[in-house]
Amino acid sequence: MSQLGDLYQELILDHSKRPRNFGPLPEANRSAEGFNRLCGDRVTIRVELEGDRVRAVRFEGSGCAISTASASLLTESVKGKTRAEAEALFQRFHQLVTGQGEPAADAPPLGKLAVFSGVSEYPARVKCASLAWHTLHSALAEAPPAEAVSTE
Amino acid sequence: MAATTETSVSYDVERVRGDFPLLRQLQDGVPVAYLDNAATTQKPQAVLDALMGFYTEDCSNIHRSVHRLGERATARYEAARAAARRFLNASSEREILFVRGTTEAINLVAQSFGRSQLRPGDEVLITGLEHHSNIVPWQLACEASGATLQVAPLNDRGEVELEAFAQKLGPRTKIAAFAHISNALGTVNPVAEMVALARARGVATLVDGAQAAPHTRLDVRALDCDFYALSGHKMYGPTGIGVLYGKEAWLERLPPWQGGGDMIRSVTFEKTTYNELPYKFEAGTPNIAAAIGLGAGIAYLENLGLERIAAYERELLAYGTSQLEAIPGLRLIGTARHKAGVLSFVVEGVHPHDVGTVLDSLGVAVRAGHHCAQPVMERFHIAATTRASLGLYNTRAELDRLAQGLRRVQEMFT
Repeated sequence: MSQLGDLYQELILDHSKRPRNFGPLPEANRSAEGFNRLCGDRVTIRVELEGDRVRAVRFEGSGCAISTASASLLTESVKGKTRAEAEALFQRFHQLVTGQGEPAADAPPLGKLAVFSGVSEYPARVKCASLAWHTLHSALAEAPPAEAVSTE
Repeated sequence: MAATTETSVSYDVERVRGDFPLLRQLQDGVPVAYLDNAATTQKPQAVLDALMGFYTEDCSNIHRSVHRLGERATARYEAARAAARRFLNASSEREILFVRGTTEAINLVAQSFGRSQLRPGDEVLITGLEHHSNIVPWQLACEASGATLQVAPLNDRGEVELEAFAQKLGPRTKIAAFAHISNALGTVNPVAEMVALARARGVATLVDGAQAAPHTRLDVRALDCDFYALSGHKMYGPTGIGVLYGKEAWLERLPPWQGGGDMIRSVTFEKTTYNELPYKFEAGTPNIAAAIGLGAGIAYLENLGLERIAAYERELLAYGTSQLEAIPGLRLIGTARHKAGVLSFVVEGVHPHDVGTVLDSLGVAVRAGHHCAQPVMERFHIAATTRASLGLYNTRAELDRLAQGLRRVQEMFT
């Protein structure tokens, strides 16, 4: 019981109930779809890349509170970042939710994403938190994959 | 036995609970309310003792040792087969095959039957209610043989309607395979009528009894199905053991599935003669300990009495249904008129995984997901449900904790 509040922090509940940057993005020139086989969660991330920089990013889909809040906070966190910066933030976030590895000395600050620190105590929920990030990674990859990415 | 204060059924649930060591476990100071019995059941001390007894007193391989240990191990293994025969009311122990579980049982039939009986253009009939383990083996068999898979649809309650099932039985249907009880929804299929319809058209039948074995008195002779599959671990026995019942005439006719030791009579490089039933289908050293444990589990169920268990669980299900129906914003998925042991539901605006995590924090263990039955989820236009599934040791107090937990879920997320 004590850990539950660590998982569902107020900011997470807020973003899950009122996701930011939710909906289509007609200007998008990159997109990818993510699918969590375990629970059927789906997320589509659309990115408008301007050169190497994320000018806009929005998402659509349905999922649990953790995956929805994660996608919502992702859109706030990577807007304006270069692909390399977004990728570094993904690595930092992945370390946070899996509880594995030490952040590199030059790792970017987590900012609001730190609210996901409780996820590492819930191994079954790591995939919920990381689905949107895997999907972003795929959207920003040089050669987009033909099929939906999964967290497997 | 003392009547419990909880129900009108003469059934001492507290005494039953005392038989299950795991149920004493405290989570954050409260006993775990284990409501995930459709996934697997907890084990009574008698089953644990049987497992330990084999390894500490009789451990040996079976059917091939001249020493006393081997004779005792063989006797205990075969006694478990005899228990399974009685449990299913099969005619002969030759019809009782030990397998790893229901999944392996269905794969055995799908492959052996598929290889020998299915031709291009033939049809295999399943229903919209099936677990993936009663879908995928048939897809593989169809792919290999050129047969096609037909599916009898579900109605809005999550029931297979007999007329729709009968309509799908065509002149090319060779086998119909269907669940006795649905793991995802708890629907009890009209299996006797379904078997009769298939038999009248000369169609073989396989019944997936994984969910039925712990809840219902079984009688394969009365049912008259050709194959019946069950899993030990869903009926208070160990994991890694299950039973495939097959009518002797079919088992004689079907080719062996796996080759190896114990399934042969004689081997030369030119020709192998297969062993008699049931050993023809039991290649290699089986899970001896688990089979013996299953025998103990069967004895435990029979001692309590399947009818009394079913009556107790029926009252528990009715109570749980009424408790959940009283929660606004909660929708039960699967409202069959004839149901057993399963409360599958969605809470409006809340994902089942969040429901599951919050309930777990309160010591209530349920399953959240698609329950290996994605087509069932699609039928109801949902990705997943939360499922509370009942067993013979559950109580009304545990269902109260479930309902209270769900109110807490709604406070948090809506």
